[in-house]
Amino acid sequence: MASTIRVRAIAGSDVTEVQALIQHPMDSGFVKDADGKLIPPHHIETVQFEAGGKTVFTALWGPAVSKDPFVKFSFKGAKKGDELKITWMDNEGKSDSSTAKIQ
Amino acid sequence: MHSTIPPLLRPSRRSLLRGATLACLAGIGANVLRSAAALAADAAGWPQDAFKQKDEADAIKALYGKAAEVSDKVKLDAPEIAENGAVVPIGVSTTLPNVTSISVLVPENPYTLAASYKIPEGTVAAVSNRLKMAKTSNVIAIVESDGKLYSATKEVKVTVGGCGG
Repeated sequence: MASTIRVRAIAGSDVTEVQALIQHPMDSGFVKDADGKLIPPHHIETVQFEAGGKTVFTALWGPAVSKDPFVKFSFKGAKKGDELKITWMDNEGKSDSSTAKIQ
Repeated sequence: MHSTIPPLLRPSRRSLLRGATLACLAGIGANVLRSAAALAADAAGWPQDAFKQKDEADAIKALYGKAAEVSDKVKLDAPEIAENGAVVPIGVSTTLPNVTSISVLVPENPYTLAASYKIPEGTVAAVSNRLKMAKTSNVIAIVESDGKLYSATKEVKVTVGGCGG
């Protein structure tokens, strides 16, 4: 299965800018389906970004984060060619992980 | 149910319903798994208590154990008007030193805390994401700097809510 994670990390002169897009329904638990039944909550809870053996960013998400979530941040200390590893976990215990090369 | 919906909104309502039907069909097989998973523990390190709070002061207290003071050094980028409450772009940045955490709260949502980010040393104190908003609400940005909490608030008007309800 194709990765649920799309990430672009670009090293600048000072910081590396990371933009990540994750495919996930992010069901809030408040929306009803066509039959009027509540769709149970199903959303990502944590996303961890690691580079150079340390965590550079952690996202803690509730159900209010949009479907197919997007996040952007920047960090120092990485260069072009380094690897950035992204791991998410949701409230059903599912997870996915992907490693991207910093451009 | 349709009679309560203004005609203008109907097309998007229709596509929403169609999407919901597909999601439902796809979900049937997963339902058994899902109820088993409901018993599973939340992801490690996820502050469940803070995410379940309905009041912003309670959520901030549950997450940080202290209260925030307003600061003009916290910059909150949010639209004046969000046409689609399902996808509201929100950015938070600050010039405050030694930032360890940034959080975003939407008090009018069912649960007030939307997202929280841990900022280790070496990571820039700025984050952008996209949030769902049920209706017009203040958006509150919280920045933890030198162990203290600072906040900025901005109202975002929502024309179509993001909770489909």
